[in-house]
Amino acid sequence: MSNKYVGQRVKRTEDPRLIQGLGHYVDDIKLPDTLHVAFLRSMYAHARITGIDTSEAEHAPGVIAVYTGKDVVEKIGPVPCAGALPGLRVPDYRVLARDKALFVGHPIAAVVATDRYSARDAIDLIMIDYEELPPAVDVEEAAAGGPVIYEEYGDNISYKLTAGEGDIDAALASSDQRIKQRIVHQRLAPVAMEGRGVLARYYPGEKELTLWSSTQIPHLLRTQLAIMLGIPENKLRVITPEVGGGFGSKLNVYAEEAMLGWISMQLGKPVKWIESRRENMQATIHGRGQVGYVEIGCKDDGTVTGLKYDVFADLGAYHQLLTPAIPTLTGLMLSGCYKIPAIQINVTGVFTNKMSTDAYRGAGRPEATYVVERALDLVAAELGLDPVEVRRRNFPAPEEFPFKTATGLFYDSGEYEGALRKALDMAGYDQLRKEQKQAREEGKIIGIGVSTYVEICALGPSQAMPAGGWESATVRIEPTGKVTVLTGASPHGQGQETSFAQIVADQLGVALEDVTVIHGDTSIVQYGIGTFGSRATAVGGTAVHFAVEKLKEKAGKIAAHLLKSDVSSVTFNEGRFSKQAARAAAAGEVPEPVVPAGQAPAGALPEPDTGGNHVSLQDIALAAHIARDLPEDMEPGLSATYFFEPKNFTFPFGTHIAVVEIDRDTGDLKFLRYVAVDDCGRVINPMLVEGQIHGGIVQAMGQALYEEVVYDEQGQMVTGTLMDYALPRASTTPWLELDRTETPTPVNPLGVKGVGEAGTIGATPAVVGAVVDALSPFGVRHLDMPIRPEAIWRIVNRQN
Amino acid sequence: MKKTVSINVNGVAHRNEVEPRLLLVHYLRDTLDLTGTHIGCETSICGACTVMIDGQSVKSCTMFAVQADGASVTTIEGLARDGELHAVQEGFWERHGLQCGYCTPGMIISAAQLLERNPDPTRDEIRHGIEGNLCRCTGYQHIVEAVEYAARKMKTEAATGD
Amino acid sequence: MIPAQFDYVVASTLEEAVSLLAQHPDEAKILAGGHSLIPAMKLRLAMPQILVDIGRIKDLSYIREEGGQIRIGAMTTHYQLQSSDRLREICPLLPETAEQIGDVQVRNKGTIGGSLAHSDPAADWPAAILALDAEIVAVGANGERSIKASDFFVDLLTTQLEPGEILREIRITPSGGRNGQAYVKVLHPASGFAVVGVAVDLSLDQAGTCRTARVAITGVASKAYRAAGVEQGLAGREIDAQAISSAAEKAADGVEANGDLYASADYRRHLARIHTKRAIEAALAKA
Repeated sequence: MSNKYVGQRVKRTEDPRLIQGLGHYVDDIKLPDTLHVAFLRSMYAHARITGIDTSEAEHAPGVIAVYTGKDVVEKIGPVPCAGALPGLRVPDYRVLARDKALFVGHPIAAVVATDRYSARDAIDLIMIDYEELPPAVDVEEAAAGGPVIYEEYGDNISYKLTAGEGDIDAALASSDQRIKQRIVHQRLAPVAMEGRGVLARYYPGEKELTLWSSTQIPHLLRTQLAIMLGIPENKLRVITPEVGGGFGSKLNVYAEEAMLGWISMQLGKPVKWIESRRENMQATIHGRGQVGYVEIGCKDDGTVTGLKYDVFADLGAYHQLLTPAIPTLTGLMLSGCYKIPAIQINVTGVFTNKMSTDAYRGAGRPEATYVVERALDLVAAELGLDPVEVRRRNFPAPEEFPFKTATGLFYDSGEYEGALRKALDMAGYDQLRKEQKQAREEGKIIGIGVSTYVEICALGPSQAMPAGGWESATVRIEPTGKVTVLTGASPHGQGQETSFAQIVADQLGVALEDVTVIHGDTSIVQYGIGTFGSRATAVGGTAVHFAVEKLKEKAGKIAAHLLKSDVSSVTFNEGRFSKQAARAAAAGEVPEPVVPAGQAPAGALPEPDTGGNHVSLQDIALAAHIARDLPEDMEPGLSATYFFEPKNFTFPFGTHIAVVEIDRDTGDLKFLRYVAVDDCGRVINPMLVEGQIHGGIVQAMGQALYEEVVYDEQGQMVTGTLMDYALPRASTTPWLELDRTETPTPVNPLGVKGVGEAGTIGATPAVVGAVVDALSPFGVRHLDMPIRPEAIWRIVNRQN
Repeated sequence: MKKTVSINVNGVAHRNEVEPRLLLVHYLRDTLDLTGTHIGCETSICGACTVMIDGQSVKSCTMFAVQADGASVTTIEGLARDGELHAVQEGFWERHGLQCGYCTPGMIISAAQLLERNPDPTRDEIRHGIEGNLCRCTGYQHIVEAVEYAARKMKTEAATGD
Repeated sequence: MIPAQFDYVVASTLEEAVSLLAQHPDEAKILAGGHSLIPAMKLRLAMPQILVDIGRIKDLSYIREEGGQIRIGAMTTHYQLQSSDRLREICPLLPETAEQIGDVQVRNKGTIGGSLAHSDPAADWPAAILALDAEIVAVGANGERSIKASDFFVDLLTTQLEPGEILREIRITPSGGRNGQAYVKVLHPASGFAVVGVAVDLSLDQAGTCRTARVAITGVASKAYRAAGVEQGLAGREIDAQAISSAAEKAADGVEANGDLYASADYRRHLARIHTKRAIEAALAKA
């Protein structure tokens, strides 16, 4: 195996089409006679629907059909929830509301028209009679009683769950210090730049439904939609074209996806729905949404003895695919990168009259990291210790790995001190603290925040996953020698077309250009799980690796046959097999070029070149397909499929340091430095890894400083467009100084851990920690996000 | 009542009957099938729909097609010339200035506008030049580097008369 | 987010536009750059039945000097104002305000006339126009009239423009002599509009005493306003740090401030005071 590509800053093969506007996202796919769908959505958070009059809409220009809940209730199965928890209450979630609307944005009717403008116009012609009901908005009030959403349940509790190991009460009781803090993880909108979109086409003759959707999980979507629509899974083809970002929001099965498939089946024509941004804010899943109470116990030297977290999870009105499971991930990661002998989480999952929360970049783990890191800062503040020192005193040593936590995990590998030291050096931490002291004396307000995080990636062993945690790959060498890779880990910006090709090109010793990675089409790609949970490279890339190994084994047998040699005496190097004697001579030679198309006689494939002591992969592929001269009993063709089941998660880690300065007069904040050292194991493409970390950090800054989905007391969404919901912009984002350490994981042969969510997980506590540190002279120990200038100004100016 | 518009897009003259309310972005995408221009926020914030109209970058979701009657429009599809990528496109490729690619066409047009007006921008000026474009993937840093790359490249080309 | 149907008429002269508005007093609306109107139409908050496009009227986009005045055509874009070297010399407040509006694309297309006629309480131009004591020229069926900036803004999204009137021109008499101007803005992190925007025009005599001070504030209340208390605290005085501080304290006196998710009414008033101070300092530094 060469290292020509792996570890290099290889430019992405996806990019030429994307930088020229030639990629195809869902709305870029045009089918003749396509009809357009628009949804009428509830304008109330909680209301009884007492009447629906669609007659005017039905006769509006261009309108083909109007559907309401009664049309589909018997026809389309409920929106699925894959979270299985003991005693979980799962409401019946239909694709269109019938008697009650339970959140603003809840779909009530669908209009089908000849074009998107007519469809939108007809929405205004549907008359709904609502009887408003009091909404359950605040999660703690909803848990305590509040207006009850589901009368049959009697309260708004979806589930209660306690997890963790160790005697938490004894641990806390025996502590020198016990510190409590209420912590809010506000609701966030994932805001992928491309909203959701669906195009569905049903062929009544073939009884085949093809559904293009902007999703992270084509195969899981196919299975679920087949169940919802009651059609054979092998008559349903899901295609994910280019996907304009997901961040977890497209790791789901949505009502609109099923509805579009069903409408196409009714009308026998292609139908398209493209989500507007307002719909995206209202009716695509939100992230976070936890209000928790942490209690941490420690010894006077800063050693943590126990951590307890009681949390109310704001689930929204219904369960989407993973809604109830997200807080359980919070529970798993509550040990952070520390030795904490006793941990307990008590989750109360609460229904509210809002859109569902579900996986958003990090999905439960940023909440855990934030709780632990904030708690460690509270310990440092209480004991008057440096926050770095408190962290150090609680790290497990490298030789303690695999490290078992009181949350039941085994951390694969880690060198926490190494990443911390590197980050401190880069930031010049000791100097920064001196400068901070000096600056304070001059009246400036400067803060330094440090976060040492560990996260759980490579989701995951199937035991721990609701619908399989493996990933699949097929690697095939075509008769012309081109290498085709099929992966179930369909990307949406992560660059697997490039990074997986790097892995394969090195393993096979072929040129990167000769490898094509295909994904996101359930009729082409064998079953797969998808891209989420920072799993694509660690699980999907590993599947690719093993498929290549399997393929090479077969190729070796063919090579031995063609070279009239024994399998044990042929060796593989740089794209060709050689008789062992010729091994030395082969090294350093360039692989043969791919058989050029056009040189073969018309209608016939060229004969493989099997003379001499070497045979190239291309010639082996040709021989395997011509199949006139293969070892006895060997199947023709040169293809291998591998389903990789990981034995454990992986646990990347790192240290982030933020330095901020606050404007005393206005509360405005600016970053003076941002330093991050991340360890995601072995790196396939450093450029892509940096991109993931940059993006993650900036999303975390968004949570820390700007973003919040706000519903008012009536459950109306206050932040319904990007004119109200603030995302980080280029002009408000600082320069990020990155470096890394590399601690390979033993969990997979590539040694890769995963990096998609690291930035989001590591950065939030660093930023908040920096603001709190800046304001510590004013007696501040914690602030809830997003920390807006006004809150800072009030503290500095003692205005309450 | 429909109106006739004549719009030159990427050097090609088009004449179409359109509804007055047809947004320019839908005209480009649906009428002309130039789908490289994207729709991101619909409220003139995110810039995914940015195109050049008579040399000025504009958000095409905040403009009716009828307003562009008689104008010359350049979309992302028209930026490369004779198979040669525009320096900004090349910069985005070289410096990993894109991930999901959805904001990219608008971002590239904005960066091209910036470099036309300010061929040697500082990092801060680059950040302000693209503040009308949101990217959710990259955290902007590689985009800033991509624009710096393009600025250097354009300067070299100008110097060598390329 | 698709606008409702409307009829579209291109006016080739201002007279034609005025007559179209007169024919359809309730149904028609003027389309200038569209950057205030179109977003509202897409959310169906505005549903005009007829749009009269004045974008093709020749000679509505200009920056001229005439009779000691600067005259700006209604269809002049923010970018044209931002990039005018001549304005940087004779009235820098205009380009300084223009360059802080929205973003590049918005500045390329949005117009000063459209923004003023829309009168968003968080728009930037109202502050500058008030601080420059501009005149706004409107044309209607009864001919042309001039409206003083201080009278122009009536309330939220409401101006002195009568139905059927079109904003044609903005006229500014530069202060001349020793003068300093500044626009200081706190921008809303999502919309880019002004949470608070303060425009200052200070004229000093040669000894450094303030002859006139005009201070106008946008974003804080339902319409932009001249901060009379601040102006009185500066006029006729030698402007030192003490004078600035105590004058700026009056920036939100008597004002009913808006509050929202980003900034409460209290905080807005405070920001008005702080940024008034900063804007006066910046203007003074240039005088």
